Amino acid sequence: MTAAAPPPLIDLRGITRTYGTGEAEVRALDGVDLTIRQGEFVAIMGPSGSGKSTAMNIIGCLDRPTSGRYLFNGVEVAGLDRDQRAILRREYLGFVFQGYNLLPRTSALENVELPLIYKGIPRPERAARARAALARVGLEGREGHHPSQLSGGQQQRVAIARALAGDPMMILADEPTGNLDTHRSHEIMQLVVELNRTEGMTIVMVTHEDDMAAYASRLVVFTDGRVVSDRTTGA
Amino acid sequence: MLRETIRLAAQTIARNALRSFLTVLGVVIGVAAVIAMVTIGEGSSRQVTASVASLGTNVLMVRSGGRFMGPGGERMRAPAFTLRDVAAVAELSSVGAVAPIRTSPQVAVYGNANAATSVTGSTNAFLTVGNWTIASGRAFTEAEEDSGAAVCIIGQTVRSKLFGRSNPVDTVIRIGKVSCTVAGLLEARGAGAMGQDQDDLVVMPIRAVQRRLAGSPDVSSMQVALAQGVGTERGQRDIETLMRERRRVAPGSEDNFTVMDMAQIASMLSSVNNVLTGLLSSVAAVSLLVGGIGIMNIMLVSVTERTREIGIRLAVGATARQVLTQFLVEAVVLSVIGGVIGVATGLGIAAIASGIMAIPFAPSAGIVALAFVFSGLVGVLFGYMPARRAARLDPIDALRHQ
Repeated sequence: MTAAAPPPLIDLRGITRTYGTGEAEVRALDGVDLTIRQGEFVAIMGPSGSGKSTAMNIIGCLDRPTSGRYLFNGVEVAGLDRDQRAILRREYLGFVFQGYNLLPRTSALENVELPLIYKGIPRPERAARARAALARVGLEGREGHHPSQLSGGQQQRVAIARALAGDPMMILADEPTGNLDTHRSHEIMQLVVELNRTEGMTIVMVTHEDDMAAYASRLVVFTDGRVVSDRTTGA
Repeated sequence: MLRETIRLAAQTIARNALRSFLTVLGVVIGVAAVIAMVTIGEGSSRQVTASVASLGTNVLMVRSGGRFMGPGGERMRAPAFTLRDVAAVAELSSVGAVAPIRTSPQVAVYGNANAATSVTGSTNAFLTVGNWTIASGRAFTEAEEDSGAAVCIIGQTVRSKLFGRSNPVDTVIRIGKVSCTVAGLLEARGAGAMGQDQDDLVVMPIRAVQRRLAGSPDVSSMQVALAQGVGTERGQRDIETLMRERRRVAPGSEDNFTVMDMAQIASMLSSVNNVLTGLLSSVAAVSLLVGGIGIMNIMLVSVTERTREIGIRLAVGATARQVLTQFLVEAVVLSVIGGVIGVATGLGIAAIASGIMAIPFAPSAGIVALAFVFSGLVGVLFGYMPARRAARLDPIDALRHQ
């Protein structure tokens, strides 16, 4: 092995994803090529039905492409089965969703601990790491609060802390500010940008808001299951 | 990891306390019913043994007819015994005492009170053979026995029905159409081998019953106490030889009477008891099955309700096996909790019932352990399907679920 550049973190080659068969076949992704390097902050935009969420699910190993190759950090993962993909998500990926997706009636700390439980990390270490993650998103002192006792912005911070707790290589954010007002949205985006800038965390974010996409360093636009625009932005 | 899962399951169950309780009610009832049945059954089995032992192990029952009674059987055609038969048995060297028995169902009346009871015609030997003690008053005199005088000795139940707490001795009561003086009152004895009330009896001289109540000189059976140091086998043989001769049973043909020792009677009663216990327990076990279906139903509802939660868990990296384990453990913890409550309830019911039925309370560790194992099995069996459904959910669909 030479000291060549490391492989891209995400390398999609000719990815297609179809639902249904025959007449009813729907082609959600139609030959997508996309490369994302370590440390990038990529925003994915596009009208609804353009395939951006499908692409996100495939990048996040929640879904499997119908055809094409997906190299994650140089390793082929397109053919992995359910449990192998689960382990991949557990070890390398963090998710942030539009609806926060926290467990109800469960404290912030326990929510953040969740991925660590499945990693098999012993209780004391788990709690310490979850506390650190909560501190990182500015939620010290809220460890015992349940989601219903937190504002939307705070809930999303808990979700980000949960994504960070497992020490992932990449965070996938699906409309992370979709449920928040403008002020909170910008606060969340500042947190995300900071993670990207100071810690070099790779971030892939789906959004349909231009001012949120503006925080990213690269903008990928999907239309009809294809990448129609891919450019580095000012940031 | 498993401890973690059990803790998680306990939390989830506690959060839905009322629903969890209603869910396990089926298992609770099933386990409680089985435990109560078996415990009460065991208690009454011990009661049989104890009450037979109280009669004495060297007591034989001699009945007219074949061993297996039934309509149209030998017993119908077999002649009854007579008092001369009783006297002949008493002559045997292996025999200590013989009580002739002739019973007649009658109503005893005193003032406004009456008591439907069974009148036993016998002699003082009845008291000896049956180990009865006289609490107050006296036994029969020889003259009363010989003449068939209208006197009686009554049991505690009859006494309390007719006299309440007052002393019945020397009072005149009416039995059927016969006026009869109470000579004595028996000590209380409690429930008998089949749960019957042993104190519900009136003893009269057998001649009085034959002449005044039954209207025939028949003796229906004999209770024989063997002489000291005589084994039941020898006693049985002596009586059989004597009775075959007296009843002119041809050699080679079957006895038209039956001699049973109390051990045989005990084992017969015990086996009847065991069959009944088994039967009732299996009916009770059916409700365990119903309880299991209840758990399955609620677990299925729970999986649907918690689809989003399952989606979150899958997204952060839970494997199918981990989700399956979580729901399976939840079902098992639920049903084992049901088992614990059921065992406690069942033992409680058995303790109260044993008190009322005056039988020993006989809990068995084996059946309690079995109940736990069974309720755990019910959880695994009926929790598996819902758990597998949860584990097979697609993370994307599950996350989208509202």
